[in-house]
Amino acid sequence: MPILSLLILFPLAAALVTALLPRANASLIKGWAFVAVAIEFALSVYLLTNFVPNTSAMQFVEQYDWVPQFGISYHVGVDGLSFWLVMLTTFLMLIAIPASFSEINDRVKEYFIFFLILEAAMLGVFVALDVFLFYVFWEFSLIPMAFIIGIWGHERRIYAAIKFVLFTMSGSLLMLVAIIVLYFATGARTFDLLELQKTITPATIQPWLFCAFALAFAIKVPMFPLHTWLPDAHVQAPTAGSIILAGVLLKLGAYGFLRYCLTLFPDASREFAPLLIVLAIIGIIYGAMVAAVQKDLKSLVAYSSVSHMGFIILGIFVFSQQAMSGAVLQMVNHGLATGALFLLVGILYERTHTRLIANFGGLQKVIPVYAFFLLVVMFASMGLPGLNGFVGEFLILLGAWSANPMYTVFAAVGVILAAIYLLWAYQRAMQGPVTIEKNKTLPDLTRREFVLLLALVVFIVLIGVFPNFVLNPMQASIGALLNPNAVAGLVK
Amino acid sequence: MTFTIPEINLFPLLPALIPAVTAMLIMLGDALLPGKNKSYLAFLALIGLALAAVQTFMQYNTEQRAFNNSVYASNFALGVSLVVLVAAFVTILLSVDYLNARELDFGEYLALLLGAASGMILMALANDLIVIFLGLELFSLPLYVLSAFWRKNNLSLEAGMKYFLLGAFSSAFFLYGIALLYGATGSTNLQTIAGGANLAHNVLFLMGAGLLLVGFGFKVGLVPFQWWMPDVYEGAPTPITAFMSVATKAAAFAAFFRVFLVAVFPVLDASGGIDWHLVLAVLAVLTMTGGNVAALVQTNIKRMLAYSSIAHAGYILVALVAGGENGMSAALFYFAAYAVMNLAAFGGVIAFEQGGRERLTLVELSGAAQQKPWAAAAISIALLSLAGFPPFAGFVGKFFVFNAAVTNGYVWLAVIGVLNSLVSVYYYLGPVVRMYMSPPSEDWQPTRARTPALLTGTVVIVVLLTIAIGLFPSEVIQFAQAAGK
Repeated sequence: MPILSLLILFPLAAALVTALLPRANASLIKGWAFVAVAIEFALSVYLLTNFVPNTSAMQFVEQYDWVPQFGISYHVGVDGLSFWLVMLTTFLMLIAIPASFSEINDRVKEYFIFFLILEAAMLGVFVALDVFLFYVFWEFSLIPMAFIIGIWGHERRIYAAIKFVLFTMSGSLLMLVAIIVLYFATGARTFDLLELQKTITPATIQPWLFCAFALAFAIKVPMFPLHTWLPDAHVQAPTAGSIILAGVLLKLGAYGFLRYCLTLFPDASREFAPLLIVLAIIGIIYGAMVAAVQKDLKSLVAYSSVSHMGFIILGIFVFSQQAMSGAVLQMVNHGLATGALFLLVGILYERTHTRLIANFGGLQKVIPVYAFFLLVVMFASMGLPGLNGFVGEFLILLGAWSANPMYTVFAAVGVILAAIYLLWAYQRAMQGPVTIEKNKTLPDLTRREFVLLLALVVFIVLIGVFPNFVLNPMQASIGALLNPNAVAGLVK
Repeated sequence: MTFTIPEINLFPLLPALIPAVTAMLIMLGDALLPGKNKSYLAFLALIGLALAAVQTFMQYNTEQRAFNNSVYASNFALGVSLVVLVAAFVTILLSVDYLNARELDFGEYLALLLGAASGMILMALANDLIVIFLGLELFSLPLYVLSAFWRKNNLSLEAGMKYFLLGAFSSAFFLYGIALLYGATGSTNLQTIAGGANLAHNVLFLMGAGLLLVGFGFKVGLVPFQWWMPDVYEGAPTPITAFMSVATKAAAFAAFFRVFLVAVFPVLDASGGIDWHLVLAVLAVLTMTGGNVAALVQTNIKRMLAYSSIAHAGYILVALVAGGENGMSAALFYFAAYAVMNLAAFGGVIAFEQGGRERLTLVELSGAAQQKPWAAAAISIALLSLAGFPPFAGFVGKFFVFNAAVTNGYVWLAVIGVLNSLVSVYYYLGPVVRMYMSPPSEDWQPTRARTPALLTGTVVIVVLLTIAIGLFPSEVIQFAQAAGK
């Protein structure tokens, strides 16, 4: 069964079907979109049940000629690095689509079409094994997201959408040149990733190509000081857009570092690692400090992403098995926890039409179930033991210690700051007396919202208690990645 | 004294002759056939173009020469001819409702359009400077008239006049250049010129080549010879603007490539002197940057597309600088990609110009996606393709061109090219943002006029081609690579 092609093509086909549904019947369109992402998730469960751990080889591989004149092929496959990210994508889509049901009532059809196209593009990025194919999916994922922000976003949505596109493109266009140079420099005359990994990129150009790729990925992650598009995009996007943006799109950048920078430019990666680590640590602390002073709950969560993504980059570039496992795990964790946080902020916004923390206060008494979920998710986000965030951050800090204890010392400041800004926000928004009169009658979670949050929290707890079921399948791939001699072993 | 009459072989010229003959038949039909509205003549024109396209396709890989080697039907020339024929075909489909709505005459319009196509193809097939000039004039004169074809519209008249004056001026440059090259080498045949020795420091040769560069630069719209383009593009009837932007560019670039890659570069490269590749590279940078930066501040969509067309001339020039097989095939692919996406963009613009609205400004496009969702989608896809987003044709075109640049050692040119693409993203997104994300403007009365079926169908087809060439470029690339050899 060509499961990966099916995963990419099914959302596109579902988008086409959506385009043909009657515009007036919004509930039919919503229902169909949910069915589509549910089927898509079911397809990815097939992946889950058939995935073979303990090997670094690519699985479910498909390869067809695409543009043979340039050695471009449609080559897809999954290994321990991309496997959980594929699962995360289909799962978060399953959350994001129903999360939009009450928020989106205008131009419903286009909305779900863009989301389904976006899902295909994101999955394509994770499973592509051809650099050209990867680039096509990478760039293409911009378009639907820009529309989602620009059409259904908040007040400054157009500004945010254009900024998002221009920032991301400025990095990725240089990557395009680097991809072409790579094609010639290695002498392999192919864009196939696995073939390119077998060649050695000449040492003279490795740093240049690394920088071009790294710039594209660093903007997407985003790393300090390239993060300025993120608060705008996150805050302005509709709730589901923020969930997917934080949950999946940011991971594209971190995944790019793992899959492309580390394997294609191993020497340059080690050479530039200290720089990236320093930037990551600055990002961790800076993101947390800026988050702490936000008045807007949604931008608080947005800046917390800058901080958390810093941990992931730190975990990647200290080159240790533990830290890198932690980084990949943390990608999944951040997707779940931040996705849940954006969902919670969105739920509150729908009820109050404000995101300012000052406009809340004392809501714990009014909406206790909501407050419970918020607290759990915040605990996960700040890395409380027993919840998923703890495992990831702990592994990263542990791995970083063996590389350089100072890394851990500084990065750990971020953990403390996270506790400060999250708990302080919780205190201001949820505890104390109810300050605003009309907040006294806020309705608590609906059944739909409850189920969505419960689904997220179940996985947050599950990964927190049994992290090994996530960690084990990725070990072989990470081992191969860290040992350059074994990289060739990635190929079957 | 004995004359040997050269063997006359019209076969290689058929791609140019068939449209010319069709044009004459249309003129006859216009005079003799009954009826006030002669829109049915469009069928005749389409049949002629289709026949010419089939003939062109059949001639592929035959590489015939005629008229004492002054016509050379190389694969590259035939590829360009196909682009011109397809552009003319689509233009006629886009024109039918446009002409009917404005009560313009079909007979003259079609005859002139086919005449222009014939001239463009002749220019592409030419292997001799005089034949190139013939082709140049043969397509320029009908285009001057076509630009001014909407007589009741002052902008159209202005466009025609401007185009005519500046075009005549540039033709003079071109002709003077030919004369100087003839003086330097004693021939107008490209191969003979290429064989000339010790010409690199010959003042006549250098000036001649320089003047030809100016002439070509004017026709394809290189900075600093681009000034006529925005006014002409804005004022001319929109289908004609579409045709000019696509076909003129392809034909003039075809001759540009031929002259410089076959004759000028080999002579200069062989004997040192100024690096003309570098001169052209600088022109490419100026053109890309100038076009893109000027496009940023446009408020009228046709003017914006005019500046975008200038910028794209810059990208194609990058392929010329790269030269070689890669450059040729990259350029041919780019012509094809540019043709489909630009025709799609202008087709979308025409759809919005229905119902008495002309001179479409960006503000007027606000909220248009809810008014005409399909036309808005067509323009958006075309613009995203022009901006170089995958998986559309424009992306593969740019990839191919930058690939050629990198192959031939012009990495820096490729970097400037992609940075220019980034600038262009901003203005290409402008209309998209307006149409989808802005609310309709206050003083804008929505049109209830339905888009005619023929127009819709045509636009859908070119949009699908834009997507198809982007998704499955392999066949077109193969075709283009055969032409590079």
